[in-house]
Amino acid sequence: MTDVRLITGLVLALLGAFAVGLFAGGFPILDGLDGEPSAWLILMELRLPRLLLGLIVGAALGLSGAALQGYFRNPLADPGVIGVSSSAGLGAVAALYFGLSALSALALPVLAILCAALGGGLLLLVSGRGASATMLILSGVAVGALANALVALAMNFSSNPWALSEIAYWLMGSLRNTSWTEVQLAAPLVALGGVILMTTARDLDALSLGEEAARAVGVNLRSVQIRLVLGTALAVGAAVSIAGAIGFVGLVVPHLLRPLVDHQPSRLLVPSALGGGVLLILADAGTRLISGDGTPLYLGVMTALLGVPFFFHLIRRMGRVSP
Amino acid sequence: MTAHLILDQLICAYDRRQVLSIEGLGIRAGEVTALVGPNGAGKSTLLRTLAGQLSPASGEVRLQGVDLSRFAIRERARRIAYLPADAQPAWPLLARRIVELGRHPFLKPLTGSSAEDRKAVDRAMQQTETAHLGDRPFNELSSGERARLLLARAMATQASTLLLDEPGAALDPRHQLKIMELMASEAKSGACVVFAGHSLPLVSRFSDRVIVIDAGRIVADGPPEDALGPQTLEQVFGLDAPGGVAPVGWDLA
Repeated sequence: MTDVRLITGLVLALLGAFAVGLFAGGFPILDGLDGEPSAWLILMELRLPRLLLGLIVGAALGLSGAALQGYFRNPLADPGVIGVSSSAGLGAVAALYFGLSALSALALPVLAILCAALGGGLLLLVSGRGASATMLILSGVAVGALANALVALAMNFSSNPWALSEIAYWLMGSLRNTSWTEVQLAAPLVALGGVILMTTARDLDALSLGEEAARAVGVNLRSVQIRLVLGTALAVGAAVSIAGAIGFVGLVVPHLLRPLVDHQPSRLLVPSALGGGVLLILADAGTRLISGDGTPLYLGVMTALLGVPFFFHLIRRMGRVSP
Repeated sequence: MTAHLILDQLICAYDRRQVLSIEGLGIRAGEVTALVGPNGAGKSTLLRTLAGQLSPASGEVRLQGVDLSRFAIRERARRIAYLPADAQPAWPLLARRIVELGRHPFLKPLTGSSAEDRKAVDRAMQQTETAHLGDRPFNELSSGERARLLLARAMATQASTLLLDEPGAALDPRHQLKIMELMASEAKSGACVVFAGHSLPLVSRFSDRVIVIDAGRIVADGPPEDALGPQTLEQVFGLDAPGGVAPVGWDLA
């Protein structure tokens, strides 16, 4: 396996990101470790779960981004294009709008995951049997638009300014105020979604040659679609339910790593999961360093600000390659 | 001997537009069958239907006596190797990876490719003279090298049915000849080889049977010297060829 070196490198990068993430931020952890109990408390109960969530969320976004780009045979695809992230967002907004999130800490993530699954189901239903990649992407855009419209509707009629600001802040995406509860909730779902996505690996390779050639070598396209949507709904649904809307990780990470695996979709999956984790942990540490004690910079804002210039670069480069 | 592939009352349509209508046709194994006809005649539609890629609007296709739609997708892929006319990989994969896709229907979950898979890939790359391209990225290859690699992908399956849509379109004369000889030798060892092509001199030299299609119907069917007579050439292709088609007269040096 030629990818051992790449994966080892990414694991080392991940450890480095962990170190940065543990010690970056307002509270001087290193000074307090000898003697002060609150330093340990912050480390174990706040920083560590937050880091793990960064890894979990980043891995979910990176992995599903890589799988979706492989399926759509397009480097501009990301978990957003099939509308699953927006659907998860709608669930979270519903929890905030109806005040359910105040009743139980689990209400928001559970509703978000349920809505992601509903969005995925609707997507498969709308696109129908025998749908091509184009049909799936169009249905995804439609499902996403519906979810976004309902989010806007909730904000429109929100009678309570507190709920409105809750929704707005949540939509910006963040790993603040997270604990081991969120880790326990997200980890198994992301792992399950990840395993489902990994089963598509070889089919994605065959799909490199187009849907007709893939079918000719024995790929069941509908089964690939279902596994892809289900895996993404679980992994990204769980990620969004914890961290809110965080864009561009699923787009950028697979694209950066693709040349390192000879452009082979199946070999891109694991590295993209690791790379997504590294990127998100570093971006999260960055938000803490930048905001300090002032108004917090939201993680979703940070990834978007970093990701958009990259997106422009990608579009321009694609324009040069294609005739 | 019953035919390997049988078409029965076949009608193919895209949306409502009927593009192919064949009352009955049997294609035998051990022969090279050529599909010729002007652009848009329905050759590719027929190949796609034979490959199970396109479900007929009515009628059925039987492979070794069994309705094609009853095969599991993987099982069908092991028996039929189909080369579409214009499949290009979306990513610049390494050449050998592309050929390995031909073994996809034989892969077992969680295991890599077997010794048998590697042997089949090696053989296919040798047959198509692509062995030296192994670790070069696809996008750096010439269009002829790409066409040979894609053909190697189909050969690597080692299926008993080979359906090739214009396998020689981008090739230089030597490789065109080479590939025709390859198809003939596959047929000799028992495969059912069907291909669509435009080079009538090559078709008439190497195929055992020529099926001429025009406007969605079979208009001539038989050995090349019968099927490609002067009358067919004029009516179907708009060619004035009183002597018929002269088979290609050169050989590999």
